[in-house]
Amino acid sequence: MTSSAARLCNVFGALALFAFTLASYTATAQQPQFVDPTARAVKEQQLLQRFDTIRGRGSIPDTKSYTLEQPAGRDWRHFHEVTLRWIGAVVILGMLALLIIFYLSRGMLRLESGRSGRVIVRFNAAERFVHWMTASCFVILALSGLNISFGRPLLLPLMSPAAFTAWSEWAKYAHNYLSFPFTLGVILIFFMWVGGNIPNRVDVEWLKRGGGIVGHDHPPADRFNAGQKLIYWIVVLGGAAIAVSGYLLIFPFYGTTIATMQKAEIVHSVIAMFFIAAMLGHIYIGTIGMEGAFEAMGRGTVDINWAREHHSLWLEGAGRRTDPSPPQTAAASGE
Amino acid sequence: MARMKFLCDADRCIECNACVTACKNENEVPWGINRRRVVTIDDGQPGERSVSMACMHCTDAPCQAVCPVNAFYTTADGVVLHSKDICIGCGYCFYACPFGAPQYPQVGNFGSRGKMDKCTYCAGGPEPDGSAAEYEKYGANRLAEGKLPLCAEMCATKSLLAGDGEVIAQIYKDRVEKRGYGSGAWGWKTAYRETITS
Repeated sequence: MTSSAARLCNVFGALALFAFTLASYTATAQQPQFVDPTARAVKEQQLLQRFDTIRGRGSIPDTKSYTLEQPAGRDWRHFHEVTLRWIGAVVILGMLALLIIFYLSRGMLRLESGRSGRVIVRFNAAERFVHWMTASCFVILALSGLNISFGRPLLLPLMSPAAFTAWSEWAKYAHNYLSFPFTLGVILIFFMWVGGNIPNRVDVEWLKRGGGIVGHDHPPADRFNAGQKLIYWIVVLGGAAIAVSGYLLIFPFYGTTIATMQKAEIVHSVIAMFFIAAMLGHIYIGTIGMEGAFEAMGRGTVDINWAREHHSLWLEGAGRRTDPSPPQTAAASGE
Repeated sequence: MARMKFLCDADRCIECNACVTACKNENEVPWGINRRRVVTIDDGQPGERSVSMACMHCTDAPCQAVCPVNAFYTTADGVVLHSKDICIGCGYCFYACPFGAPQYPQVGNFGSRGKMDKCTYCAGGPEPDGSAAEYEKYGANRLAEGKLPLCAEMCATKSLLAGDGEVIAQIYKDRVEKRGYGSGAWGWKTAYRETITS
């Protein structure tokens, strides 16, 4: 009995095995002869169309290297090589041309009522220190920055590659390290002079009557006229933007990728070009453009007549605040 | 003259990282720098592909174009090299490079990145071929000895090919024809503005 049952079991087992083999044979027969293992494979062009970078996973600790491809560098290269140079050339040379034409046609604007011989303090020592610290940093930052943008086509042909590298390396260090006092200066300038630089109705009137260096009128102005307020906000806002974008570049990969650094460089360099142009105008008015202007930031004092012509409201206010003869005290302290 | 290129057949790369190791060893690459690395796309998914990437030695190389001190030069073989004596470590090449090739010694991000380092196609630098100074700065100069870059030479699956662009493109085309598929020459469009169509 047990042996016949075992035999039956064997027969069923053989049948099952046969059926299984048959089934698996048909399954094999149904599979295509040719297998394309790339059917589901990632495709470079599809990835590049969907994302601007191709990123994956790597096996070295440097996670930045997991980015395989980022063709955006080509666009950035075009900006850096062509667009930026055009912007810089047009803005800076344009401003220089404008200033030269202006100087040739108007010359230095003289004090209409001459010098009174009495002076009043305009900027105290601390204010002048902050101004000149920021200004001297700015000049070096501007020159070293322009060297990065224009040095290779303009300066390198004039000197040996080794000398140009030596100069450029120092310029780079200066650019990086002087950014700190410059940023400090911009912050101090913001707090120091923000009180006098809020635009108000006097500025509208001043602009309407064509005050400052362009017009021929002397509309009333407080300590800072509309033009100076414009310079102030260019320095504060432009300086802030240039500092933020610059520090993103000094500290690579601190919350940035190559793509953000490209954008930061675009922001940094374009603002820098306009900043330089604006400062050329500022330097012009403060030196050869207007008689009696430089001493405000040089010695710290201005002639009473200069103050009356250009900052009448401020002079009146100063007269009210100090009595009876502010000029003498001012002259003594503003030596 | 040949126009030297790299070609990574992603359908053959098995992500063994031998190319990475070979490169580091052959060129005594400084700590923290990997001139070559293997990146796996869609890791763990069906259809994942690994690509070995270093410097592609681009035609009209962006790094060379944006360098403010003109530290780069392209050799007669189409290999993009640079002079560490001229480099000021400004970082512009690494903004421009589509393949993340330029790297800096990790002596500090702030201000002093040091001299840029990247794949030299095992072709050294501007110093005399095979000199100690060249080896110290750039690593081996195998090309001057008539050898190809070691990464490609010792690739076990011959996924990574180095050599004259036309020759390696033909090898790839023949492979694709024979096996019937190919996910393309990764990076070629970006680097050389051409693709291999079989």
